[in-house]
Amino acid sequence: MERYRVNLMLCGGTGCIASGSLKIKDALADEIKKRGLQNEISLTLTGCNGFCAQGPILIVHPDEIFYEKLTPDDIPYLVEEHFIKGRPVQKFMYKEPEKRAAVPTMNDIPFFKYQVLRALRNKGLIDPENIEDYIARDGYMAAAKALLEMTPEEIIKEVKESGLRGRGGAGFPTGLKWELCARVQADQKYILCNGDEGDPGAFMDRSIMEADPHVVLEGMIIGAKAIGANKGYIYVRAEYPLAVRRLQKAIDQAKEYGLLGENILNSGFSLDIEIYQGAGAFVCGEETALMRSIEGKRGMPIPRPPFPVVKGLWGKPTVLNNVETYANIPQIILNGAEWFRSLGTEKSTGTKVFALTGAVNNVGLIEVPMGIPLRTIIYDIGGGIKKGRKFKAVQLGGPSGGCIPESLLDTPVTYEDIVKTGAIVGSGGMVVMDDSNCMVNVARFFLEFTTEESCGKCPPCRIGTRVMLDKLIDITEGRGREGDIELLEDLAQDIIKTSLCGLGQTAPNPVLTTIRYFRDEYESHIYEGWCKAGVCRELSTFYIDAEKCKGCGVCAKACPQDAITGEKKKPHSIDQSLCIKCRTCYEKCKFGAVKVGPRDMFKEEMEEVEA
Amino acid sequence: MPRLTIEDLKRIKEQHKAKTALREGAYRVKVTVHMGTCGLAAGAREIMNVIMDELQKAGTTDVVVTTSGCAGLCSREPMITVEMLNSPPVKYCDLNEEKARKITKEHIIGGNVVEELAFVQGCETSY
Repeated sequence: MERYRVNLMLCGGTGCIASGSLKIKDALADEIKKRGLQNEISLTLTGCNGFCAQGPILIVHPDEIFYEKLTPDDIPYLVEEHFIKGRPVQKFMYKEPEKRAAVPTMNDIPFFKYQVLRALRNKGLIDPENIEDYIARDGYMAAAKALLEMTPEEIIKEVKESGLRGRGGAGFPTGLKWELCARVQADQKYILCNGDEGDPGAFMDRSIMEADPHVVLEGMIIGAKAIGANKGYIYVRAEYPLAVRRLQKAIDQAKEYGLLGENILNSGFSLDIEIYQGAGAFVCGEETALMRSIEGKRGMPIPRPPFPVVKGLWGKPTVLNNVETYANIPQIILNGAEWFRSLGTEKSTGTKVFALTGAVNNVGLIEVPMGIPLRTIIYDIGGGIKKGRKFKAVQLGGPSGGCIPESLLDTPVTYEDIVKTGAIVGSGGMVVMDDSNCMVNVARFFLEFTTEESCGKCPPCRIGTRVMLDKLIDITEGRGREGDIELLEDLAQDIIKTSLCGLGQTAPNPVLTTIRYFRDEYESHIYEGWCKAGVCRELSTFYIDAEKCKGCGVCAKACPQDAITGEKKKPHSIDQSLCIKCRTCYEKCKFGAVKVGPRDMFKEEMEEVEA
Repeated sequence: MPRLTIEDLKRIKEQHKAKTALREGAYRVKVTVHMGTCGLAAGAREIMNVIMDELQKAGTTDVVVTTSGCAGLCSREPMITVEMLNSPPVKYCDLNEEKARKITKEHIIGGNVVEELAFVQGCETSY
């Protein structure tokens, strides 16, 4: 890295952006260039400094000088005085208030420190049921720009250059999708939004629709202009009643203000948007199935090509994008492709929203620059593993994704790097699992889900996943045999290769990744009759380690079977004939004295008792 | 409503900003209760009622109470953000009735941050 004489840290917190720090950035960059100081002075946008009321804030290193409430007009003078003549400008400096609250700032708390909000920029700031709140935060300005000042080609060019890729899971370049659809001549085209969000553990789309419904509409207006559509549908699952209500209210308000409907903003462009409620079938998140569902038919995928951009809803050219994809569009139009690319990596630009859940301390909705390591997300933003337990795996991409182990936690979160691990970025569900999880059982859980949700149209998916699931059930219930692992791997490849749609093509991923990274667990289930996590009942025996037991009696009190006995302050023991393997004692023990042994641990003793 | 033009849009933006901005002689404090599905499930509505109740009892008129979506940290809901003229916004989380009453009395009405309950101050990064 080059060394600079002066490093300028300009605050990029929501508060400072609102008070104009992006204008300050442009003014500073201009002035630095004008004076030929590019090689001496660096300019960086930083996280929030917690002095939002004083914004925009500029910190100058190494002098550690703190400037506040800057305006673009101040900049030439500031650069001249401070950076050329070396005289810091007193009148722009921060004055220490008498008493500052001893409350940590966003930069002190890792949960906030590593996040950058773009798609979620209005989260928790605006009233989602008040369109004027949205307008006050530059809402519909991008739509106005796109409708009044830009041609469809210019919109597509900007989105293409931004590098934005579909946030729903597949990561297809959004600009390219729009271009393909724009090229097709047709009397009618459709723009659709996918709010079906079916992955267990994912809730980012719901949160965006609930917190900022207008941004979805605005993204759709811009997309509609780009491809030449005048009718749109938002497909939302009926299990999201609050999202449906707020979206409907947003549509009604936008219509009332003339931001939807005929001749929007006197631009001559018209667009009508309706909500279509899905009944919650997972396969309806697949684009062709979703379109069939809107047509009122049974939600089943059809073979592609022809692709929906050519022949989609009711046989007309159709673009379908995910909620989060649309939420990124207005900012790209307003700030430009270059701005969007300033975060992320070459091939995975911008930020990604994740629903962080599972065994982490901070469960929530986060937005991070692409390329951030998984470890930072889990240990800094997520605050590490709950109850001081050990990390085991992180599940990315839901039933289509995979489990990533500890050894790969430094993988940067980009579409390319995550695929190499066998998982996918997916829509953004991120489920963290600790060492109390059995990975074979996790694979079984996800496969149960996909088997249940398979639409049944193509045999590899309908039958193949069922056969794989039966094998997994056998393994977790103690009937595993030699060759089962290889059979699973083999079947998985066939299902991936021959399934019609994304559901079947990705369904084996959770099984494949768990075999890849946790093969020893499969083997101990099959060959040792031992589920070391104590999850599979048929393959575990709970016993008390006499050396570790303090005789506190917590386990005995908690046991629903009264199977645990022992004197106070002396090691307790479990009566195996009464134990139902409910794991209660294992979870309650504070000293790690309850342990999990293999199925046949006390086999001989038990046989003696019976005899 | 007649057809909106881009000038109207800009006018609404400025007017709404001016209307909702905190300033002397008008609204001095803005309280945002985060009401996404996570907040509502954790009891955000009750927190809202408690705050309104305390404000009513005190006869306060310079506080605006509004609702918003999820603030991001779903495991620490219910959450509120208190913004006061000339200071950064402060977030409080894991609220219950008792905490909400205390915050309303001491911070929202009294103007002093309840340090032992405050979680974080400032805005999130959004460049």
